[in-house]
Amino acid sequence: MSIKDFLRGFRDFLTSEDTKFTLILFRRNFLNIVGTAIILLLVFTAIFAPVLSPYDPIAQNMDERLAPPSWKHILGTDQLGRDILSRVIWGSRISLLIAVVVVSISLLIGLFLGTISGYFGGWIDEIIMRLTDMFMAFPRLILALAVAAALGPGIFNTMMAISFVSWPLYARLARATALQIRNETYIEAARAIGASTARIIFRHLVPMTLPPILIQATLDMGGTILTAAGLGFLGLGVQPPTPEWGVMVSDGRRFITEQWWVSTFPGLAILLATFGFNLIGDGLRDIMDVRAKR
Amino acid sequence: MDPLLDVIDLHVQFRTLRGIVRALRGVFLRVYPEEVLALVGETGSGKTVTGLSILRLLDPSAEITKGEIIFQGKDLLLLPEKEMLKIRGKDITMIFQEPKAALNPVMRVGDQIAEALIEHEEITKREARERVLEYLTLVGLPDPERIYKMYPHEMSGGMAQRIVIAMALIHNPKLVIADEPTSSLDVTIQAQIIDLIKDLVRKTGASSIFITHDLGVAAELADRIEVMYAGKAVEVGDIWEIFERPLHPYTEGLLKAIPKLGDKGELFSIEGEIPSLLKQINGCAFAPRCPYAEDKCFSEEPPLVDVGGGHLVACHLRVGQ
Repeated sequence: MSIKDFLRGFRDFLTSEDTKFTLILFRRNFLNIVGTAIILLLVFTAIFAPVLSPYDPIAQNMDERLAPPSWKHILGTDQLGRDILSRVIWGSRISLLIAVVVVSISLLIGLFLGTISGYFGGWIDEIIMRLTDMFMAFPRLILALAVAAALGPGIFNTMMAISFVSWPLYARLARATALQIRNETYIEAARAIGASTARIIFRHLVPMTLPPILIQATLDMGGTILTAAGLGFLGLGVQPPTPEWGVMVSDGRRFITEQWWVSTFPGLAILLATFGFNLIGDGLRDIMDVRAKR
Repeated sequence: MDPLLDVIDLHVQFRTLRGIVRALRGVFLRVYPEEVLALVGETGSGKTVTGLSILRLLDPSAEITKGEIIFQGKDLLLLPEKEMLKIRGKDITMIFQEPKAALNPVMRVGDQIAEALIEHEEITKREARERVLEYLTLVGLPDPERIYKMYPHEMSGGMAQRIVIAMALIHNPKLVIADEPTSSLDVTIQAQIIDLIKDLVRKTGASSIFITHDLGVAAELADRIEVMYAGKAVEVGDIWEIFERPLHPYTEGLLKAIPKLGDKGELFSIEGEIPSLLKQINGCAFAPRCPYAEDKCFSEEPPLVDVGGGHLVACHLRVGQ
C-alpha cells in the first residue's frame, strides 16, 4: 500500500459517517470535552516542557529556598530553592511516560492471556484465572509496593512493578468477552473455512475484546499515575532529583503547615491528570456501550 | 461409481448434565460426485451433527465413538488436525443457517471472504481482492466494489447469505455442506438462494449435502434424499422414487404432512414425539409412533437394506415384500 492509499484511507475514515457520529456522541457530553482538554494540556506540557518551564527543574538555589508564590516563581520554590512550576511541568513527562508504558504492557499481557484463557477454556483457563485471582486478592498499591521494594527503586522498576500488578484486570475483561464470542456462529464459520486457531484469536476474538479493554485502559491511566505517585511518595518509586509529582508531594510533607505550596501544586497536578483520564474513560464507555442510542 | 464421501456407521454422543445423549446411532451416508443429497429430518434427528462431524467441528462435549468418514479414500476421523485444516474450507465447506450470525460483525464482508482465500493459497492481497470481487458478481450481488466494503449489519439476510455462499465456494470445493441455508430467510428470497446454490454447485462440479427439514426444498434441488430419524438414516433413495414410492412409514407420514392447495380440514400430523436420545433405544426408534408397528419392531433394530435401484430402507415390514 502506498502512502497515497494510506492517506486516502485515513481521510475516508475521518469523513465517514461512523466517525462523524462518534464525534457527535463524544461532543454531546460536556465532561468529555473537559477531560479531553485536560489531557491535551498534559500532553502539550509534556512535549514542550523545555520551552515552557522558566527554570531548570533540578537547579538548586539555596538563597531562594521555600519562597512563596510570586511573579518570579509563580508556584514558589521548594526546600532546595528549585522552581516548583518548572518541576511540575517536567513531572508531566514522567507521569505520562509511566502511564503509557504501564498501561501498554499490562494491556498486551492481559489481552493475550485473557483471550487464550477464554477461547481454550479447560485447564489453561483454570491456571490463568487462578493466577489472576492471586493477584487481585491484594490491593493494587500494596502489591506494587511489595514488588517495587523487591526490585529496588527507579523509574524502570516502578513501571515493571505496576505493570506486574495491573495485567490481571485486563485478562479478566478479555476472557469474559472471549467466552461470549467463542460460541458465536461466525467463529464456527471461520473454523469451517479452515482458519487456524491463531488466526481466529487475532482476527476475530481480539478485535471484539477491545472496546471494554480500551475503556479500562483509559481509566487505568489515571490510576497508574496515582499509583506511581504513591510509590514515589513512599520513596519506592522514581528517585530524586528527578521531578516526579509523588516525590514532590513527599518533599513538602515537612513544611505543609507553613509552606503549603511545596506539596499542594504537584498534588493538584496529580489530581488534574487522574481526573482528566477518568473523564475520558467514562465518555468512551458511554460511546462504546452498545445499548447507547445511536 | 465410487462415492466422494462415504460415512459408515457413525456414532456420536454428547456428554450433558442430564446424561449421555446418543445423537447419532449409526449413520450411513453416501455422496457421489456432482450430486446433491438432501438430508431431511425433524429438529434433533441428527442432520446438523452429521454435517459438523464430517468437518470435525463438533463441540468438545461431543465424542465420535464409532464409525468412519471416508472422503476421497481417506478416513477424515484419522487425519491429524493439521491436515484437517487444509481440507476445511478448501475441499469441504459449510454454509450456515443464520447468514448474519456466520459473519463477523466488525469485519468488512469482502475481507472476510478474502480471509478464506489467504488461509489456503499463496496469494497477494490484490489478487485475493480481485477474486473476491469476481465471486461477489458470481453470487449475484450488484456493484461488488461497494459490497466489498460493507459490514454485515448493513445487509439484508439474503445478501448476507450470498456472501456466505461466495465464501464457501471460492475455492471450488468438492463438497458443500449447506445447513438449512434458507430457513432464516423470507420465502421469496428462499427460492432465489436455492436456485443460486443449485446453479453454482452444478457449475463448479461440486457435490452437496443439503440439510433441510423442508421436503419441498429438497424436491426442488436434490438428486437423492436421505431421511433421518432419531440419529439414524431410515430411508435413502432417488428423489422421485422416494416421493412416489416411500417405503418407510415415517417418510410416508412426512409426505402426507405436506399441505396441498385445495386441501380441506385438518392437516395430517404424525402422532407422538421424537424419542429421548438420553435412553437406550431398543428396536426401531419410530415404532412407538408407527401405525403399522408389530412386536418385532419393538425388540429388534431394523438394518438399512437395499431394496433395489439404490433405494434403501430400515423397516422390518417393508423389506422383503
